[in-house]
Amino acid sequence: MSATTADPSLLADRKLVKRTHSSDRRFAAISHTLLSIWAVIVIVPMLWVLMSSFKSTGEILSSPFSLPNEWKFENYANAWSDASIGKYFLNSAVVVVSALVLVMLLGAMCAYILARFQFPGRRLIYYTMLAGLTFPVFLAIVPLFFQLQNFGLLNTRLGLILTYVAFALPFTMFFLYSFFRSLPHDVYEASQIDGAGEWRAFFQVMLPMASPGMAAVAIFNFLGLWNQFLLPVALNTDQDNWVLTQGMSAYAASQVYDIDYGALFAAIVITVAPVLVVYVIFQRRIAGSVSQGTFR
Amino acid sequence: MSDTITKSEPASGRLKSAARGGRPRRRKLTFDRVTFFLAFLGIPLTVFVLFVLYPFIQAIYWAMTDWRGYSPDYNFVGLDNFTKMFEDDVFLKALRNVALLAAVVPLVTLTLALGVAVAITLGGPSKGPVRGIRGASFYRIISFFPYVVPAIIVGLIWAQMYDPNAGLLNGMLNKLGLDFEAFAWLGEKSTAMPALMFTFVWGLVGFYAVLFIAAIKGVPGELYEAAKIDGAGRFRTTISITLPSIRDSVQTAYIYLGIAALDAFVFVQALLPNGGPDNSTLTISQHLFTTAFRKGQFGYATAMGVVLAVVTLVFAALVFAVNRLTGGGEDKKAKAPRRKAPPAGIESGALPAGAEGGAR
Repeated sequence: MSATTADPSLLADRKLVKRTHSSDRRFAAISHTLLSIWAVIVIVPMLWVLMSSFKSTGEILSSPFSLPNEWKFENYANAWSDASIGKYFLNSAVVVVSALVLVMLLGAMCAYILARFQFPGRRLIYYTMLAGLTFPVFLAIVPLFFQLQNFGLLNTRLGLILTYVAFALPFTMFFLYSFFRSLPHDVYEASQIDGAGEWRAFFQVMLPMASPGMAAVAIFNFLGLWNQFLLPVALNTDQDNWVLTQGMSAYAASQVYDIDYGALFAAIVITVAPVLVVYVIFQRRIAGSVSQGTFR
Repeated sequence: MSDTITKSEPASGRLKSAARGGRPRRRKLTFDRVTFFLAFLGIPLTVFVLFVLYPFIQAIYWAMTDWRGYSPDYNFVGLDNFTKMFEDDVFLKALRNVALLAAVVPLVTLTLALGVAVAITLGGPSKGPVRGIRGASFYRIISFFPYVVPAIIVGLIWAQMYDPNAGLLNGMLNKLGLDFEAFAWLGEKSTAMPALMFTFVWGLVGFYAVLFIAAIKGVPGELYEAAKIDGAGRFRTTISITLPSIRDSVQTAYIYLGIAALDAFVFVQALLPNGGPDNSTLTISQHLFTTAFRKGQFGYATAMGVVLAVVTLVFAALVFAVNRLTGGGEDKKAKAPRRKAPPAGIESGALPAGAEGGAR
C-alpha cells in the first residue's frame, strides 16, 4: 500500500531533479560563456603586448595579429637601456620596501593603541584618520609639495618614502584596528601575569598573533604603493630618483616621435611580468586578503 | 614571589572585564606603559599630521589666496578663486567630464563585477550546498590580472590597443571587414570618453569581482536553500537574496569607485595626457596639476582641490542616501544595537576609501 502511494511522489521528485539538472546546465552554460568572453577581453590585450614585444616596429604596423617572423629579443635589451628600467626598478624597490616596512610598523603601533587602550582623544584621532582617507590626495598635493620643500625632502627618495607612509597609514591603521580588537584578551593578560611589559607584550605576543592581518594588509599596501603614480610625479621630479611608474610614463611619452613599438612593448612586459608571476604564486592569499579587508 | 601574587589580583579582575566584552580599559600608569604609549601613538601621529593633516588644512587656507608659489607674498582673496573657477570654461568642462565618469564608471564596473561574481559562485549545480562553477579559480585569477598591473601600464596597454595604425582594435575591426583604417579612437570627440571609460572598467572589474565573490560566499547557505524550496529561480535568487545580502559591500565599492573615477589621473595621463580632443576628457585632477605645477597658480589650483573634495563628499553622501532610501542600512541597525564601539565604519563592512591599497 505504502509503496504505491510513494511511487507518484518519487516520480515527481525525479522529474524535479531532472528539471533542475537541465536548468543547472543551462545556467552553467550561460555562465561559462559570459566568463569566457570576459576572460578573453582581459587576456587578449596582454597576450598581444607579449607577442608584439618580440616583433619589429614594421611588423607591428603591417599586421597586428601575426606571430613575429624572427623573434627580436633585442627589443628587451633596447628597452632595458633606453628606458633605464633597471634604475627605476631599483628606485621603486627601495622606496616601496622601505615605506612598506615603516607603514606596517607604525600602522600596527597606532592601531594597537587605538584598539586596546581607552584614553581621551581616542575617537578624535580615529575620525581624523578617517577624514584623511576620505579626502582626495589632490586636495593636499600643492601644500604637500611645499611642506617637503621646507624640510628639504623634495625630489628625494626619503621624502617620497615618508609621504607614502603617511598616506598609507590610515588604511593600514583601520585594517589592523579591527584585527587587534578581535584578538583574545587572555593571551595579553597571561603575558602581563608573566611580567612582560607593554613593549614586550606587543612585539612578542600581540604582533605575532596579528600576522595574518599584517600579511593581508601588506599585500594591499605593496600593490598600492608599487602602482602609485601621482605622488612621485608631483613630488619626485629628479630623474635619477624616478620610480618605475614614472619612468614608464615618460618613456611612453618620449616615443611620440620615431616610435620603437617593439621596445615599448618589451618595456611593458618587463614591468608587468614580475608582479604577475608573484600574483599567480600568491593568488589564493591575495584573494583571501580582499575578503578579509572588507569583512573583518 | 609576592610580586606574582599581587599581579594576579587585578589580572583576574581584567579577565572578567574581557569576558564582558573585552573593551579597552584604563590601566595603571607605569614608566614602561607611558613610554610605550607615547612612542606608539606619537610617532605615527607625527608622520600623519605633518604629511597628511597639515597639508589638508593648509589647502583650505591657500584656496583663498592668490599665491603663485615661489614669491613669499600673497594676498588673501576670499572666495575669488571660486567665482573665477565657475567662470572658467575649461574647469567647468572638466567638472562635467568627471561627473560623467563618476556616473558611468561605477555603475558599469559593478554590474560587470557582480555578473562575474554571481556566475562564478552560483554557476555550480543547484543541488546541495552552494558550490562554485567548474574552473572558478581559473576565471577568478584571470579577471584579477588587470588589478595587479600598475594603472599607468593599463593605460599604456590600451593606448597601444587604440592606436590608429598599430593598434589591435583597428586591426580586428578591419579583419571583420569594417572600415576602421587609421581611426583614432582617442582623437575623436565622440569616442575618446567611451574609450577612456572602457579602460577604466577593464582595469577595475576583477578587483571588485573578487570582493563580491567573497561577499557572496559570506551569505548563509540556508537563505539559498530556503529560496530554492520556495521555487525561486536563479535570477530571482540573485535579485532578492544575493544582492540585498551584500548591499553594504556594494555601497562601499560604489564609493571607492566613485572616488577613483572623480580622480582618474593615472588613466587620463596614460591615455589622453593633453585633455583629449577639445578637452573632452580633461579631468579636474589634470587641470589642477597643470595649473599648479606648470603655470604656478598654486592658490587657484588648491581651490580646485577643495572643489574636488566637496564633489567627492557629495558623491559619497549620495550613495549613502540612495542605499538608505532603498531600504539598506536599516536591518543593520536592528541587528546591531550595540552602539558602544565607536568605529561604525569598519565593523559594518564599510572599509574606508583607499582600500585599493596603500597611498592612492
